[in-house]
Amino acid sequence: MLSVAVKKNLGDFALDAAFESAGAAALFGPSGSGKTSLINMIAGLMRPDEGRIALDGDVLFDAAARIDVKPWKRRIGTVFQEGRLFPHLSVRHNLDYGRWMSGLAADAKAFAHAVDLLDIGPLLDRRPGKLSGGERQRVAVGRALLMQPRLLLLDEPLASLDAARKAEILPYLERLRDDSKLPMIYVSHDAGEVARIATHVVRLEGGRIVASGGAEVLAGR
Amino acid sequence: MLNLSPQEWTAVALSLRIAIVATIVALPFGIAIAYVLARKQFWGKTLVDAAVHLPLVLPPVVTGYLLLVTFGRRAPVGSFLADTFGIVFSFRWTGAALACGIMAFPLMVRAIRLSIEAVDRKLEEAGMTLGADGFWTFATITLPLMLPGVIAGMMLAFARALGEFGATITFVSNIPGETQTISAAIYTLTQVPGGDAAALRLVVVAVVISFAALVASEWFARRAAQRLHGA
Repeated sequence: MLSVAVKKNLGDFALDAAFESAGAAALFGPSGSGKTSLINMIAGLMRPDEGRIALDGDVLFDAAARIDVKPWKRRIGTVFQEGRLFPHLSVRHNLDYGRWMSGLAADAKAFAHAVDLLDIGPLLDRRPGKLSGGERQRVAVGRALLMQPRLLLLDEPLASLDAARKAEILPYLERLRDDSKLPMIYVSHDAGEVARIATHVVRLEGGRIVASGGAEVLAGR
Repeated sequence: MLNLSPQEWTAVALSLRIAIVATIVALPFGIAIAYVLARKQFWGKTLVDAAVHLPLVLPPVVTGYLLLVTFGRRAPVGSFLADTFGIVFSFRWTGAALACGIMAFPLMVRAIRLSIEAVDRKLEEAGMTLGADGFWTFATITLPLMLPGVIAGMMLAFARALGEFGATITFVSNIPGETQTISAAIYTLTQVPGGDAAALRLVVVAVVISFAALVASEWFARRAAQRLHGA
């Protein structure tokens, strides 16, 4: 269970959001509504002005108690919009990166499972520069998965892809959701995507949460 | 043509040694300063930036003189280093390396700084979410991505060190076998009657070394860039 209650002045507008999430949740809202800022705060890449973030009872950020766990200690896997694969490492080494940095032992079974789930076996010895957009995002998901995160954040992972690529990747994300039972937060402005992935929807507009609940939140205006 | 006398060979070997040592010793400082200038905001940053660039704009003789009054045997820093650590710069090849390193430093820092500024910080953030702390993020992401700039910086520094003349001769003089580099030897040979042929031989050697360094750095830089952009 992730619980977030944060405030931050972002210049153009003030972000003031509180929500709880478990299982496959989605942050849904138009671009510029503060979704990515919220994700960066959960990942530890952006510091809220005030508030508290806790994951499974473990406090990650608490302004009042001066707690701010560094991103590398949070164990929150993040898939970014642009993939952000390391260009100087092969796909295989990109996938292994989180395990190395987290000091986890090699787990051939988990590796094979993730490769199989995302269908990236033929890409392992390639460089990210030679991958298509869809392949890149699948590798990025695998990389986040293999660090054995406590929570998976997916920040508009399909936004940079065309409609055909999106349709190609969505089934993998559904498989991932059903296969791993890993709690995740899926960020998107696309109601169709959100409806397929998430069971719980948090709707964000202008830095504030205007609705939360099931799929009906997507339609509400 | 290239029938160098033992003394000329000594000057060539000494020049290489001085330029290589100056480049390698300057490198960690160059990376650290470039990183601070590229990434950190602090009070007095402009001053630090100016100080780093000073050897580029000062007449080399002035830099040499400043080194002399700072690192000379009787100068404050020089006598301290000599008495405490036994490191002597004045009239030694180490002093020539120090002078060359300082003269080359601004060029090295500029090249490395540009390459750090070109590194996508979003990749570093991705590394952090994957468990890499500040040190490992730098070592496994930032440093490999800025490698072409580091190579370019080393090349520039090496070339500058190899060609250094004014600061070196002012600081550590022109002692054959100790501080007489190719440049200083050529200068000496042009001052004595009948030295032209020997001077020309050394000129050829200087051209060959510089050219080889340029080709080698191009090759390394291209390989590094290929590694980055997927081969």
